[in-house]
Amino acid sequence: MIRTASAILRKDLRIELRTKETVPAMTLFTVTVYVLFHFGLDRDSLDGELASGVLWVTLLLAAVIGVTRLFATEREQGGIDSLLLAPVDRTALFVAKAAALFLYLLLLEVVAVPVFGLLLLGPDLFDALPELALILLLADVGLAAVGALVSALAAETRARELIVPLLLLPLVVPLLIGAASATEPLLREGGQSEDLGRYLALLGGYDLVFVLIALGVFDYLLDD
Amino acid sequence: MSEPPALELEGLERRYGERIALSGVTLRLEPGQTLAVIGANGAGKSTLLRVLAGLLRPHSGSARVLGAQLPGETWRVRARIGYLGHDPLLYRELSGRENLVYQSRLYGLPIERVDEALAEVGLERRSGEPVRDLSKGMVQRLAAARATLHAPDLLLLDEPRANLDPAAAERLEPLIGRASGRARVLVTHDVDAALAETDVVLGLRGGRQAFALPVAELNRQRTRELYT
Repeated sequence: MIRTASAILRKDLRIELRTKETVPAMTLFTVTVYVLFHFGLDRDSLDGELASGVLWVTLLLAAVIGVTRLFATEREQGGIDSLLLAPVDRTALFVAKAAALFLYLLLLEVVAVPVFGLLLLGPDLFDALPELALILLLADVGLAAVGALVSALAAETRARELIVPLLLLPLVVPLLIGAASATEPLLREGGQSEDLGRYLALLGGYDLVFVLIALGVFDYLLDD
Repeated sequence: MSEPPALELEGLERRYGERIALSGVTLRLEPGQTLAVIGANGAGKSTLLRVLAGLLRPHSGSARVLGAQLPGETWRVRARIGYLGHDPLLYRELSGRENLVYQSRLYGLPIERVDEALAEVGLERRSGEPVRDLSKGMVQRLAAARATLHAPDLLLLDEPRANLDPAAAERLEPLIGRASGRARVLVTHDVDAALAETDVVLGLRGGRQAFALPVAELNRQRTRELYT
């Protein structure tokens, strides 16, 4: 299964590297939204709850673009049929797509978080980086699992651009609550989170539940 | 132990919602034989092929492919079926070679098999170019290489010679033609050509089986009636 997932992932990354359709779109969207907030809020800087909310809601909306595009190549070029014809475990497709989305989110955040720090954040981001990186990693795992599941569900529908946000966004509300709450104290001047461990456990639990659900049901999503 | 039939279909039915796309298909095809499936547009030919490939579930009746009961045992025979449909199932942004390497990984084949397959379809020199830059005929040759990469025992072919010039069609003969020695299900509108390379003919009309006969017993008038 791992060998098949690795083959699918390498193929996806190679196609993304050539077409540059997903990660640049997600990044451009995120930077644009931060610029809009910068001017729209008419404030010199943000911190605390507001900063955390702006950071996470924008990242989640950018993730919608990645999720919508995740199965686009398979849908448009017969990739799903080609996988269903092959003697492979279909779960490998979920693992590969979730891994691809996870990498797309990481690449997005490498650009988006420093831009957020420059354009919107009052306190220095540098001190909070180790904790923030941990929160981002845990949130990305959950987003990747739910995103791959939702993308597969929407892949064969006509109104997929509508269905992806309608399904994805409610499902990631617990993840948003955990990530934004864990991040909020880190974005205050000299702030330290006393409840960080609790929120990381919430994010870890969310990841575990959705990875297990996805592994359990993904096979049926691809069934005729 | 004797080899099971390539196909054993009994009252096979498939619906799309309320609409019956395929109904009452009953036939038997021995290993190495060719079945031609003929009928007007919308008769259910491509649906039959997709059911046999395990891409669609039959809704009633029984279908055994290479001895495996569909859909429950499809996994047993996936590696023994080659499918060449309307869509080439190739990624346009990848080169021909990259597409076949990807397929070889899905089927657990050695990488050397990719170079052999490219040589078989005469695309060694263009194998590094993205599929989107190849002509339709070349894409069809590449799709044939994809469908036969794993040396399947049963080939499911939907208009396999579409877009091919005579030389290319001849080149693919050992792979997908009668000379391949494989059991084949051949969907085509070129009835005369199909009958010349067929053992059994299935006529479909409006999704229903009009006849399934050995080619020697087929009255040509019956084939014409399918298109009127």
